[in-house]
Amino acid sequence: MAGTLNAGEGRRAAGLLAPAYLWLTLAVFMPLSAMLFFSFLTAPPFGNEPVAATLANYFAFFETGTYGRLLWKSVKLGLWVTGLCILIGYPCALVLAKQIRGRAREALFLLVILPFWSNSLVRIFSWAIVLRGNGVLERALDLVWPGDVRLGLMFTPAAVVIGLVHSYLPYVILTSYLALQAIDDDIIAAARSLGAGRLTILRRLVLPLSLSGLLAGAVLIFVPVVGSFMEPRILGGRFGTYYGTVVEDQFVAVFNWPLGAALSFILLAVVLLILALSSPILRKGLQ
Amino acid sequence: MSGLRIAGYAWLALVLVFLYAPIFVMAAMSFNASPFYQLPFEASFRWYEDLAANTAIRAAATRSVLIALAAMTIATVLGTAAALALFRYDFRGKRVLQVLLFPPIAIPWLITGTAMLIFFFAIGLGRGTPAVLIGHVALALPYVIVVVNARLASFDRTLEEAARALGAGPWTVTRRVTLPWIAPGVVAGALFAFAVSFDQFVVSYFLAKPGDATLPVLIYTAIRKGFTPEINAVSTLIIGASMALMLVVARFFSFGGHR
Repeated sequence: MAGTLNAGEGRRAAGLLAPAYLWLTLAVFMPLSAMLFFSFLTAPPFGNEPVAATLANYFAFFETGTYGRLLWKSVKLGLWVTGLCILIGYPCALVLAKQIRGRAREALFLLVILPFWSNSLVRIFSWAIVLRGNGVLERALDLVWPGDVRLGLMFTPAAVVIGLVHSYLPYVILTSYLALQAIDDDIIAAARSLGAGRLTILRRLVLPLSLSGLLAGAVLIFVPVVGSFMEPRILGGRFGTYYGTVVEDQFVAVFNWPLGAALSFILLAVVLLILALSSPILRKGLQ
Repeated sequence: MSGLRIAGYAWLALVLVFLYAPIFVMAAMSFNASPFYQLPFEASFRWYEDLAANTAIRAAATRSVLIALAAMTIATVLGTAAALALFRYDFRGKRVLQVLLFPPIAIPWLITGTAMLIFFFAIGLGRGTPAVLIGHVALALPYVIVVVNARLASFDRTLEEAARALGAGPWTVTRRVTLPWIAPGVVAGALFAFAVSFDQFVVSYFLAKPGDATLPVLIYTAIRKGFTPEINAVSTLIIGASMALMLVVARFFSFGGHR
């Protein structure tokens, strides 16, 4: 029953909850508020310059068109990576959940999601070694393909997509797998005995029942990819300018923090909009 | 075996190759004598010897481990306490508190990291190891709470009531009844917290002082200056360590939600 704690219980509950939530307030929620405040200033308030309130940082986004184009470029990158992760990951989750049984399934599932919990920066770096000109991939292709193979993948948008798909693929496999294995095998057997073909079962039964997991995975991939900057920097070379890298620049190279704060906040607004629109799906998919 | 089943196994095998091949290539190249990753392969430990002699990388590695241990300890204690309260008590606003756990996980780290940088400068803390630690704990906390909560879901509430009826105080109930039951969840949560901190790059990148970098920040800086095989060697060690850590986690926490 909500709100029916006696005084002692209330004190104990508050005592247990307060440290964690105070920490989150200090380290996440207050910084986000501070960033919003900052985005309306002409200069950081701890420098020597006079500080005034302004909307210029937000106008900058709409005036030049550069930032808008980059945001769209990052959104497109997010769509590409998410789409590829779904195409590659969903069949993989299907095989794991419905084709493989017992201990082998547990072991293979662990193998698939293990890289996800290892260092993402290092995994992106490993692609730089594989993809670089005259690197391992090109030399390996030389062995099976006649002639001198020049893929020239390194420092291209394709390299960025490959690295990001590698980083986030386990997400969609994880969420799809959880949804798929919740589907009762008897339902599938029943559909089959009623004469449904494989494709019909997939389209009319399995896909709708696991859609929430699939979409939850898609959102969990799309959101961080739109804000990515390390992957484009390492794998994209001169094609590696995205919205995230421009935000990074404002904080570590250009030192225009108020503009960086405004750009960060616009990204946050986009992300929150996407999360809010998909929250019913997310809640269902992550249960 | 039908053709479709074979295709299924083949697909899974291809995905595993895609996921692991670059990691193995990187590991193999760290044992290759050529500094430019040239083939043919010539076995050598020289990059690991260089690594052992590199004081900057060693200092960053030590700093990363210490920060991860501290973040793990703080996040586990605070997170377990919060998870217990969310499990035991029903009160108005509980839903809100649960929803508030998602922003630190769901908002891109670029946004969280830059926001922390701004705020820590505004309150006079600035960049440095304390700022990094505060940030890491905040990122790890939601994971601990969620993982411990998952374990608590299988806890029989009547055990606590029985202990209380037999005269145990709230602290004794927690220590002698509840904590032993949720111990595997707490261990899994702690290891997650360690991993979140140890592998964290983005937030550390914005909050670490130059010269006081954590290992991932140092690696990023080195990669952007140009490839070095020493970085390759240390990366191989890191990925080996974090995968081994996750195999340990898997003993305590079922990722697939079934066992």
